[in-house]
Amino acid sequence: MSNPFEWLLGPNYPNLAYGLWTAVKILILVIPITLCVAFLTLWERKVIGWMQVRIGPNRVGKGWLQPFADVLKLIFKEIVVPTGANKTLFYLAPILALAPALAAWAVVPFDPTLVLADIDAGLLYLLAMTSIGVYGIILAGWASNSKYAFLGCLRSAAQIVSYEIAMGFALVGVLMAANSLNLKDIVLAQQGGLNQWYFIPLFPLFLVYFISGVAETNRHPFDVAEGESEIVAGFHVEYSGVTFALFFLAEYANMILIATLTAIMFLGGWLTPFPITNDLYVFGKPIFGDGFFWLAAKVFVVLFFFLWIRASFPRYRYDQIMRLGWKVFIPVTLIFIIFLAVVMQTPWGYLFK
Amino acid sequence: MPELATLVFYVFSAILILASAAVISVRNPVHAALFLVLAFFSAAALWMLLKAEFLAIALVLVYVGAVMVLFLFVVMMLDINVEEMRKQFRSYLPVGLLVGAAVAIEMLLVLSLAFTKKSDSAGAQGIVVDGSNTKALGIELFTRYIYAVEIAGVLLLVAIVAAIALTLRPRRETKYQNPAEQVRVERDQRLRILKLAAEQPTAVRLDAPAAPPSESSNEGRT
Repeated sequence: MSNPFEWLLGPNYPNLAYGLWTAVKILILVIPITLCVAFLTLWERKVIGWMQVRIGPNRVGKGWLQPFADVLKLIFKEIVVPTGANKTLFYLAPILALAPALAAWAVVPFDPTLVLADIDAGLLYLLAMTSIGVYGIILAGWASNSKYAFLGCLRSAAQIVSYEIAMGFALVGVLMAANSLNLKDIVLAQQGGLNQWYFIPLFPLFLVYFISGVAETNRHPFDVAEGESEIVAGFHVEYSGVTFALFFLAEYANMILIATLTAIMFLGGWLTPFPITNDLYVFGKPIFGDGFFWLAAKVFVVLFFFLWIRASFPRYRYDQIMRLGWKVFIPVTLIFIIFLAVVMQTPWGYLFK
Repeated sequence: MPELATLVFYVFSAILILASAAVISVRNPVHAALFLVLAFFSAAALWMLLKAEFLAIALVLVYVGAVMVLFLFVVMMLDINVEEMRKQFRSYLPVGLLVGAAVAIEMLLVLSLAFTKKSDSAGAQGIVVDGSNTKALGIELFTRYIYAVEIAGVLLLVAIVAAIALTLRPRRETKYQNPAEQVRVERDQRLRILKLAAEQPTAVRLDAPAAPPSESSNEGRT
């Protein structure tokens, strides 16, 4: 028997091997994301520190080990369950917050071949996954049996449902331009350098998508669900230790996801901004050509915008958040989609392809 | 050993049936709503097994992602006394059984037809197996069934307008802010910069007699 696994698993070997191999791939995907989250928290504190003329974390391993120190601290803390809390849902909520944030990564392409599941309805799948992340927040607020937590979860639910519509409409514009729901095809449709990327023809949708993304991840200046100066810490006020760490992880994983999606839909994904770098050989390899390097660079820039916005703007008032979502973004996207559909039928349609 | 897809089908069907039973049997309305979410997910998984990926993802996106969130939103804020509702269970039972039987008979009729007659659905299945049925579905909807789609769209629009018209009542006595006006505020409407002439400080005369109160206070302190 050449393959010991084949002998061990019997006739179902191909199916089981496929399942195991997929599980390994998922681990290969999830571990770097978790590490990125760890260092994103460090980078956030450093950037905000510099913007406020402070140094930021610089003690544990010159600052580099700070995220790991935080994680260790949170793991060893006691998990306090409030009196009268719904225990099952209290523990289930952080898992429900994190799982969709990680599941969405399944369809994200990192370069032309590096993708876990290259499915045709990838964009729809992403919309579905990002829309169910709100359950974690809602259940956390309700199960905690606390007024502040409940207020936070109500705010968050209303906000996410409102901004999801604008976000979905912005993506409708992208799929009209790319003529596909597959993320790989959407990136390939933007080939040909910086001027072919969708953020130029679809600029209003790009803005709406990015701002809705900030709102969807409950980040500043839309962080009314937490609102530490109004409702203490919102939905996760009762959470401590590892359960709080999971919410934290989910928020930052969502941030990286939104940044990656912005890069893929509007900034050309893994494509280089200047096609000439594809012919630039360093040590016999086009290291600045199309590839993961460019996607990582774009994601980094978009994430920096998230932090920049956080350090610059005060929090929105709640009714203004609702106004922005319903009365500004949704009409803007609707009108732009109609405009796009009309122009694509005219001889100028090539401008949007 | 049966085929893997069959096994998966039975697992998800079992979850679907158990979750549906839990929706109507658990005491806590929030738990019931969450079991309904689980039922939707299992149904989506079953559709995925049938290679109807658009329907499966749309079910999760629309029902789980939007409808159930709003449902949960309302249910969480209600204070439903389940025991009170349980008391009326007996009186509603005959009607419930009647409706249930009607639904079961209708489903039997439709499903038995589908099992016996096979030639009609062959064309549709060809499209489903083809791979991207999202595209196929889109083409069918916007060519062959365009009138149905348009009529459904108009119906939904009417429903939206009607719902707003029924629930919207202007309450003049409440005070509210107008964010549009607030956003349009200019600096000059809120802030007035006055140019004041600088005043000359009055010179302190050193030869003047010291004020008596300050002296007395000094004495008091010593």
